[in-house]
Amino acid sequence: MAIWCARLSVDRWRLSLGRDAARDAEIAGSPTVLITETAHGPRIDAVNDAAREAGAATGMMLADARTLCPQIQTAPADPAGDLALLEKLAVWAQRWGPWSALDPPDGLLVDVTGAAHLFGGEEHLLADVESAFANRALAVRAAIAPTAGAAWALAHFGLNSASDRPIIGPQEDAMRRLSGLPVAALRLDQDVLTVLRRLGLKRLGDLAAITAGAINRSEAAARDALHRRFRNRKSPSANPLIRLDQLLGRVPEPLLPVTVHPMPLVQRRLMEPLRHRSLLDRVLDDLASDMARELEGRGEGARRLEIGLWRVDGEVIVRRLELAAATRDPAHITRLFAEKLENIEAGFGIETVRLRVSWAEPLFAAQADVEQAAEGRGTSLAACIDRLTVRLGPDAVRRPVPYPSHLPERAQRWLPPLDLASSAAALASQTASRQPDRPLKLLDRPEKIAVLYASPDGYPQRFRWRGNVHEVTRVEGPERIAPEWWRAKSNVRLRDYYRIEDEAGRRYWIYRSGISGDNRGGVPDWFLHGLSA
Amino acid sequence: MTSSILPPGAKALHDFAPLSAGFSSPLARLKPREGRWQPGLTDQPLHSEIFAEAGDASGAGLALALARDALRVARQAQDELAEADDRRQILWVQDKRAVQRSGRPFAQGLPPEMRGRLIHVETANAEDTLFALEEGLRCRDLACVIGEITGNPRALGFTASRRLSLAAQQHGTALWLVRLDAQADLSSARMRWRAQAAPSPPPLWNAAAPGAPAWKAELFRARSHSPGKWTLSDDKGRLSATPHRHAANSSGEPPEAYQSETRESEMGPQKARAQNIGHLVRPTVGRSMAAVARA
Repeated sequence: MAIWCARLSVDRWRLSLGRDAARDAEIAGSPTVLITETAHGPRIDAVNDAAREAGAATGMMLADARTLCPQIQTAPADPAGDLALLEKLAVWAQRWGPWSALDPPDGLLVDVTGAAHLFGGEEHLLADVESAFANRALAVRAAIAPTAGAAWALAHFGLNSASDRPIIGPQEDAMRRLSGLPVAALRLDQDVLTVLRRLGLKRLGDLAAITAGAINRSEAAARDALHRRFRNRKSPSANPLIRLDQLLGRVPEPLLPVTVHPMPLVQRRLMEPLRHRSLLDRVLDDLASDMARELEGRGEGARRLEIGLWRVDGEVIVRRLELAAATRDPAHITRLFAEKLENIEAGFGIETVRLRVSWAEPLFAAQADVEQAAEGRGTSLAACIDRLTVRLGPDAVRRPVPYPSHLPERAQRWLPPLDLASSAAALASQTASRQPDRPLKLLDRPEKIAVLYASPDGYPQRFRWRGNVHEVTRVEGPERIAPEWWRAKSNVRLRDYYRIEDEAGRRYWIYRSGISGDNRGGVPDWFLHGLSA
Repeated sequence: MTSSILPPGAKALHDFAPLSAGFSSPLARLKPREGRWQPGLTDQPLHSEIFAEAGDASGAGLALALARDALRVARQAQDELAEADDRRQILWVQDKRAVQRSGRPFAQGLPPEMRGRLIHVETANAEDTLFALEEGLRCRDLACVIGEITGNPRALGFTASRRLSLAAQQHGTALWLVRLDAQADLSSARMRWRAQAAPSPPPLWNAAAPGAPAWKAELFRARSHSPGKWTLSDDKGRLSATPHRHAANSSGEPPEAYQSETRESEMGPQKARAQNIGHLVRPTVGRSMAAVARA
């Protein structure tokens, strides 16, 4: 849901004068502008209704407005105060949803996913918003849509007549509802709007029609030209194509939530600077148990820990530790950090040690036993993975997860070992279909083999690999795996895989890269790709 | 006659009556020596070594087949009503050279019940490999640990292998260590195998195609079994073994063990034993140390 406080500054100024019906009427009758002093004289920041009717507009110089309407009143603008009010409003707006973000200078975004039923539906929710803001004497326009961008567009530009419905349902086609809006509804910078206006793209519908599907060559050329024009614009507010995708929900839009979660933090300031490792270990022990208590109180466990060591001579040493599963066991944390602190340089001494949890996950009270019970019952899997990753590096400990591709080297990807949700999903999709016979092991890079004698059927009868000659006695194949044309270059060749067994019983998986006469290279080469059990 | 002093659990020992007559302590009788190794034995070793070439996947294949066999037996022995499929993870540790020489595990080629359960660790050197293996053995949530080490690194001495054995024993996690292109040096592994690829049995439908994996496996050192040679084959998850006939053996070069045995018989038993003790550091080939010492 996007809420646009259409006249936030003016409303705030009016409220600052006190709430009084008679006075309100009087103020509303007199044209008033809020001004800031600039190098070229006072400039108008916001105008009230009467002033707008008189001809004043935002961004005008006060002198120009005075010529149009001599009796205009002025008051100083206060952007910082407006922002403070907006922040307060953002927190207050969490009454409609669990998550809210600022949309400066005068908007709010509230995530109301799954919260509308608490108010009796989305219409009632919006009615509640309007009445709540009306009670605070703030003029707002609110709209609900599946994406923040669509809600913003609807709130700012889509509610011009009373008949406009301020809700886009999840099943509705957002583009059809919004196609009539001006391109300014995409939250773009002023210069981008100028470019689009010069290109003749005035409505969202124009832009969407170009970027969507091209029917003929000229439309495709127009689309490509537009893509080229904005190719180097990485910031969303400078690139209408990104904004359009965000509005339609094709790409995610990161938003900063208004309430921050403070990180658990413990520190020790030391009277005597530390110069010895044993003392540092002692301090680390204390910090870890402090942190365990802190985390226990919050019902959380640490996933990422940072230790900062402030040295006397002004250097700061930071070591980071990532854990495979949430934990708050001090012994485990100490042990893992001991590995990380092997090679630190104490210099003239360390005066402050601080431990911070920059990523915490909910972890409920459970039997905590990584270190003591490890002697008797062994460590848990998460602790084992932690120890392995801390010593060997995060890329050394991984899990193969199936990936939908026929190319063997792409058919599995390597993910962090405890990322079980994604691997389970991938596995479920994979096990449904029957698998052909595959080798137990795959070489990282297929190795070229020299065919000494090819059989008339096309596979090698005798070949040399790593200096040894192998005589093929059994063979099955070919299994043809075509290149993935949608991502590979046009000169990538197909592969014909054969399962073979040599005279000693060694089983291999070899392939011929391409066929002769496919115009993608010379005589096809043979490669050995897999070793079967 | 002896049944009165035997506990009821040791009833099966009657089959070994002539064998057990030589032992004096009743404790020794409680643990029967299972003569020949065969698939599906209940006392699976916790630390095994498999020596194989890096040029094929027979070592890893045999390790996986033995691990599956052991896990199946352990599950049956534990409880019939235990959860039907084991979801514990399997740790596979490879050093960098093993990855280069013999490749990485390929998920689609793994046995179906192991496909989603593999955690792969790639290490830079032997010290890291041993560390990873030991951490894996100390973990209670792992089904088993499979390691691949190339060559004979200095770090993997007898002490290191004893460490692994103790860790495996203490936590009950089994380790199958594949030694690629390595000499059989000193080790405390309970079972030591030498594996080689063997021509596979022809499949049912296409006799010209490679069939189910098969290995020529030689058990050259085992604590509770007498050594021997088998052709093992993994047929749809069942490990089956056919013992090697000596006739087939004698046609090739005669193994060292037989030669040394003939020498022993010439020298007389007493002298031969003394000589054997002097050769303790040398790996025994053909017969286990215990068997030689007892003879």
